[in-house]
Amino acid sequence: MRRERSSAFRGLGDPVLLGGALLLALLGIGMIWSAGQVDLPSGVTGAWQRQLVWLVIALLAFAVVTRVPMRWLEWATPWIYAFSIFLLLAVLVVGGGPSTRSWLRFAGFSFQPAELAKLATILLLARMLGSRKEPYTSLFELWRPVVAVVVPFLLVMAQPDLGSALIFVIILVSALFWAGTPLFTIFMLISPGVSLVLGFSSAVWGVWFVVVVVGLYLRRPFMAEAVAVALGNLAAGALASPLWNRLAPYQQRRLLVFLDPDVDPRGAGWHLIQSKVAIGSGGVTGQGFGMGPQKRLAFLPEQHTDFIFSVVGEELGLIGVLVLLLLLAWFLRRVLRVAAESTQGYGSLVAFCFFAVLFGHLVINIGMTVGLMPVTGLPLAFISYGGSFLLTTFVGVALVCRVAYET
Amino acid sequence: MKGGEAIRLSRVRRSRAAVAVLYAVILILAAAFFRLQVLGSGSYELQSRNNRLRPIPIPAARGAVHDRNGELLAESIPGYSLSLLPAPPDSARATLERLAPYLILAPEGIEAILERRSRNPQLPVLVRDDLTFEQVAAVEERRPEFRLVVIETHPRRRYPAGATVAHVIGYVGEISEGELDSDEFVEYEAGRIVGKQGIERSYESLLAGSAGTRYVEVNARGSIVREFASDLARAAEPGTDLILTLDLGLQQFADSIFPSDDVGGVVALDPRTGEVLLLYSRPSFDPNLFVGGISEADWAAIRDDPGEPILNRAAGALYPPGSTWKLVLATLGIRQGTVGIDTYMPTSCRGALQFGRRPFRCWKTEGHGPLDLSGAIKESCNVYFYQLGLRLGLDPLLSGVDGLGFNQATGIDIPGEISGRFPPSRDWFDRRYGRRGWTESVVLNLSIGQGETEQTLLRMAQFYSALATGEVPVVPHLLQSEALQQVREDWSLDLPEARRRELVSGLVRVVNEPGGTAYWHRPREWTLAGKTGTAQNPHGEPHSWFVGFAPANDPRIVIAAIVENGHPDNRTSRAVPFATQVVSRYLQSEGIPPDRAIEAPAPIPVPGVSELAGEAQ
Repeated sequence: MRRERSSAFRGLGDPVLLGGALLLALLGIGMIWSAGQVDLPSGVTGAWQRQLVWLVIALLAFAVVTRVPMRWLEWATPWIYAFSIFLLLAVLVVGGGPSTRSWLRFAGFSFQPAELAKLATILLLARMLGSRKEPYTSLFELWRPVVAVVVPFLLVMAQPDLGSALIFVIILVSALFWAGTPLFTIFMLISPGVSLVLGFSSAVWGVWFVVVVVGLYLRRPFMAEAVAVALGNLAAGALASPLWNRLAPYQQRRLLVFLDPDVDPRGAGWHLIQSKVAIGSGGVTGQGFGMGPQKRLAFLPEQHTDFIFSVVGEELGLIGVLVLLLLLAWFLRRVLRVAAESTQGYGSLVAFCFFAVLFGHLVINIGMTVGLMPVTGLPLAFISYGGSFLLTTFVGVALVCRVAYET
Repeated sequence: MKGGEAIRLSRVRRSRAAVAVLYAVILILAAAFFRLQVLGSGSYELQSRNNRLRPIPIPAARGAVHDRNGELLAESIPGYSLSLLPAPPDSARATLERLAPYLILAPEGIEAILERRSRNPQLPVLVRDDLTFEQVAAVEERRPEFRLVVIETHPRRRYPAGATVAHVIGYVGEISEGELDSDEFVEYEAGRIVGKQGIERSYESLLAGSAGTRYVEVNARGSIVREFASDLARAAEPGTDLILTLDLGLQQFADSIFPSDDVGGVVALDPRTGEVLLLYSRPSFDPNLFVGGISEADWAAIRDDPGEPILNRAAGALYPPGSTWKLVLATLGIRQGTVGIDTYMPTSCRGALQFGRRPFRCWKTEGHGPLDLSGAIKESCNVYFYQLGLRLGLDPLLSGVDGLGFNQATGIDIPGEISGRFPPSRDWFDRRYGRRGWTESVVLNLSIGQGETEQTLLRMAQFYSALATGEVPVVPHLLQSEALQQVREDWSLDLPEARRRELVSGLVRVVNEPGGTAYWHRPREWTLAGKTGTAQNPHGEPHSWFVGFAPANDPRIVIAAIVENGHPDNRTSRAVPFATQVVSRYLQSEGIPPDRAIEAPAPIPVPGVSELAGEAQ
């Protein structure tokens, strides 16, 4: 597409995409600077400078990745995937982090292997599904992509990082969806997972199970599939409560608090309540850039990472929120267009899965700040502080640009 | 490539679906933000404010209290307190050590402050709250050295008249847990200073004023970050100034002439209105000690003092009324027609009256001889009143005294008053001693104010007020206010005016005729009517009473005084010279014209009479 553009930018594929990513990242650094403007000086005060360094690194990575042909990447995919799985295993052994084992440190940098694993899994699924002439139609044919996702999914769950684990599910579903897998097949695939989530209430799970059975009756899949799905749902429903009891107490509280933040207003509910207070008190025009009292007086936790959007809401008001939401939506739409217009199966799937991952982060992170999503600790792409996430995001953008270039 | 084409075709539909999902989600999120930031903005803004703003009360200055002549009894002066802002322990210690010379802080004091600071390191810690202006000035001059120091002013109570008026004014202190729970203090917060005793307590609602509020901004850890200029802030409204009926000059005079080393009390009323002119109790305490919290040592000294300085002996202590009670008997006797003022009793006084197998003694062992009622009042003859009591009979006596309200309090407007006690009926004796455990002989003791009756000075003063004016009894009160000039409607003397005057003439004879029990201490210029009393008690020498009023024909002051153990023998009654001097002082200061021809010869002092007798002449 847009081959008519001037030759200086041709190598970038879609220079507007790079411009948008840069604009969002700079806005993010601005918000991280603001998040550091607190009355009690802390490490957050200098975070914007570190993020700026990471942005430079990310741009260098971008420059390199845009020059790698997708064919080479497709060839290297299994090795990248294997390396990322190795890092996920390593982090469980030698990793560190605030409350979970999710960080690897070397040469003074901290890195979250889960971020690389997301990209690697996207590449592997794109390679598996993009090379097929016909889409999968039967449930049992899906075992290879499912395994490719379940391995990093389980390793990330073991850290435990619920939010990132959710992103792997999104990658699987989006890749299958974009590869043309019938929606009912995807429904059958994930229905046990839904059973697991709904298993906390017998009544709700019962309704879901009826929906599944009715669906199976109407769409008439193979008998083996139907039986497997039904059994899978039953097993998941039965396993829900033992698995619930195995969750760490803080994870249980976070999920309960999603239903009612007042269960634990000083503990797990604190984040959500303070976030809503910050956003709500911003009103239409906000308290002014850098001036939000909720943030300034440290009522707002994780104000530079998970809850940076609450700072946007408090300081820039509804106007700032809508501008940023529209900017993000425009950027995602742009990525989606590259996926839709790509001529190669592999590149198109990579672009679409990247779109899905960014979109998933956006929904979970921003939804969390207003109480539409549970507090899972996922950062917001481009805006939240976090070096490895910024780096992998820019690598993702570079891949999309390369796909656009090769189209 | 048929399959590939199919994928590409279906991809357009999938892409459209993805775009639709994208926009739908953005729309939902936008709606959620709209709900929070536009619809919920007000309540979240309030929550944000409540999060970070802490109201800090600004204490109101309590109203001042003046006496009837405008003399100051209590006032609020600026007090200075010095606090340290939150800081690391080392800088806190260094600042305290630099402050020590200006504030006179001992090393142990510094340790104690650091100890308090470490318990709540996020909050300012109070160093001293009783700084003088000079100390504040010294610190302020060296402001750059003391960046952690905050100096605040707060109203501080001062009682210029000190111990002299302690039992009237009372004192203030920090509100207690119990008070916080009570309905009266429903709008008070912990740490507030409230009236604890006396006028401070009973007129708390007038004196307190209303505290103001300022706001400070705090962070999530509760540390105060800065002052916040809020439109919710409110200045404190100072309390109302009060004017009392008390006469400070008279109070100080009473304090100066009260027999030294003695314990007792005195109360004086204006019998026409019930205004309390004097209310004094000895020993007393300095109410200034209670301001800002009384120290452990000072409190122990007051608490362990055997003289019980806290006790208000004028209104909060019961004494046998002794012979001052005889006027109650006389009133009942005349009212019921049992006796007239000139009635003689069948048995003349020969020092005792034989009743059953037991002699009941008169104070004059050689006997008074034959006396009518007037003479018996004048000479305070017990034998006469024994017989009057017997003539009245137990039941009429009990119901008659009860009917005069001697089981009730006077209703004075300070806390701590207790009711008088008198057996209301025979059942009372049955319950107390058993049905067979007592005899009619209780009448004899009750007739002379001994035995089962105990009254307060205030209560006796109220009775004598009614006797002095012939009006319905007044309610004693300390606050100058028309509304408080009330009368008791539940009892009255109910005595014909002529009969009352006869009784008053008997009281005049007590003081003004040779042979009267108070004759030696009569005032020179005014006709004082009154009655002495000797209260036998199990704690040593009898107490010395005097209750009276002057001038007899147009009473302006009623006084009731007691000196504990002040009647060691029949010629010494320390309450009498004290009371008569107080009465003279008052009438003089009020400019009441003398109603008596000035006597020429001073009476020859009888050896053994109190040394004050001379002064009284």
